[in-house]
Amino acid sequence: MLILSVDTSAIASAALLTGQGETLAAFATEDTRSHAEVLAPGIGKIMTTADVTGADIDALVVGVGPGPFTGLRSGIATARSLAFAWDKPLHGVMSLDAIAVDAALDAWRAGVDEFVVATDARRKEVYWARYRSTGGTHELLDGPHVSAPSEVPDLPAYGMGAGLYPQQLRRVTEYSGTQPTAEALGRTAIVKLAKGLDLLDTAPLYLRESDAKIPGPRKRAL
Amino acid sequence: MNRTRPLVVGIESSCDETGVGIVRGDTLLANTVSSSMDEHVRFGGVIPEIASRAHLDAFIPTLEQALDTAGVTLDEVDALAVTSGPGLAGALMVGVCAAKALSLATGKPLYAINHLVAHVGVGVLDGGVLPENLGALLVSGGHTEILRVRSLTDDVELLGSTIDDAAGEAYDKVARILGLGYPGGPAIDKLAREGDPMRIRFPRGLSQPKYMGSAQAPGPHRYDWSFSGLKTAVARCVEQFEAAGEPLPVADIAASFQEAVADVITAKAMLACTEQGISNLLLGGGVAANSRLRALTEERCAAHGISLRVPPVSLCTDNGAMVAALGAQVVMAGGQPSGIEFAPDSSMPVTSVHL
Repeated sequence: MLILSVDTSAIASAALLTGQGETLAAFATEDTRSHAEVLAPGIGKIMTTADVTGADIDALVVGVGPGPFTGLRSGIATARSLAFAWDKPLHGVMSLDAIAVDAALDAWRAGVDEFVVATDARRKEVYWARYRSTGGTHELLDGPHVSAPSEVPDLPAYGMGAGLYPQQLRRVTEYSGTQPTAEALGRTAIVKLAKGLDLLDTAPLYLRESDAKIPGPRKRAL
Repeated sequence: MNRTRPLVVGIESSCDETGVGIVRGDTLLANTVSSSMDEHVRFGGVIPEIASRAHLDAFIPTLEQALDTAGVTLDEVDALAVTSGPGLAGALMVGVCAAKALSLATGKPLYAINHLVAHVGVGVLDGGVLPENLGALLVSGGHTEILRVRSLTDDVELLGSTIDDAAGEAYDKVARILGLGYPGGPAIDKLAREGDPMRIRFPRGLSQPKYMGSAQAPGPHRYDWSFSGLKTAVARCVEQFEAAGEPLPVADIAASFQEAVADVITAKAMLACTEQGISNLLLGGGVAANSRLRALTEERCAAHGISLRVPPVSLCTDNGAMVAALGAQVVMAGGQPSGIEFAPDSSMPVTSVHL
């Protein structure tokens, strides 16, 4: 089995993984604001590196957020269009799972049962979700949510969101700069696909409405 | 690649219309448009984030329908074209990402196309090759421009444009002031037919000598427009009627406003054409559907000996066919593809026909 995984919920990234969870090739940016430029070329490069064509790919997975709107849409629009053109199945994965998959193992080693994953939601807020680690495997308990850092449960916190708000979140230092990546996202998806579990559809998890306000009455000058 | 009569898929997402059009050379095969207009009604104007969300949801179904209508598959296509600007940044991003992915998946070359020039290029789908000495008057909810088109594929010059609101935007704002709802253009156009266009003399922006100058010594805004003052003048006019306790002559205000818009747009367009040696004009953009603008443009073009071409309304409003049409022209002219590394440019200048 060959999976192409894409995530643009924070940074832009893509990875090609085997059914055993082995990474054949991966790319990731540092930047969170150039997804529309770099994503398609990045996918092209990893396919060349791994010597893979669209016909070789069995399924695609895409991170459906939560994440900043415009960037998030870049990945979903890209994945949907690739899946359409190649006529391959496409599944969605909640992007915070891409941090939880490694955090669960770290938590288990540290003897911690429950933890949170948090990423940058901008506007002084974080996207977060609460997980349980069972023998190093993550299980989503609550979320995803978007809120002020002060509203996040007082548990060990993994991910960039914890790194940004160390006063409010109990950050796990080694993971305080961690962002969701397509590589980690792909690993969580493969585990679920292998177990025959359902993945999500690709509807984006925006968690916020647009800021548009219905206009009030006209201002008068007279 | 077939550069004689290329089969091109064009993708448009610069505002609130998700469009996929398919052409073969200068023949239209499909023009599928999904609009999010209904979702913007309660806000009285296009909300970029709502439009962007709608593009993401609409894109694949719109593409499927266009392919189905044209009876072609992606494999048969010679090239892909996408609007890369100007437009709403977040909205452009959806079409550009989708187009890049299609190009990557199929190996077909991708052309990043200028939305405004595409409004001109669509003319080839209705009447074939565009004439020489061509000008284009583009009037829509986001744009008001007069262009000189020496070559559709590599030489377009901006002669004048609005310095603030687009004409269509002024229609939406005035419709809100008059309580006529959104979109404002059709509502005002309909009501204006019952009103007196001479009842109120609304200002024609940037028409004073200090802005106009002369043909020999042009002022700073000889071919430019401004509509924000007009919108304010309508608001003040309404307030005066209200303050005097008089019933509001809504139809007369609508007609007088529409007259001011059509008059100043066509007067300046005629000035630009006659002074710049333009003998053929193409009228495009969504406001080309406006009955008074069409009539006055026809009348004044005839008076100045300028030939006028107005594509059907379905090709004047934003759509993918215009992107495909210009893309096909660029392919036929031997233009190089844009690759998949370009960035969308929300303020892409008309001098850049394609990237």
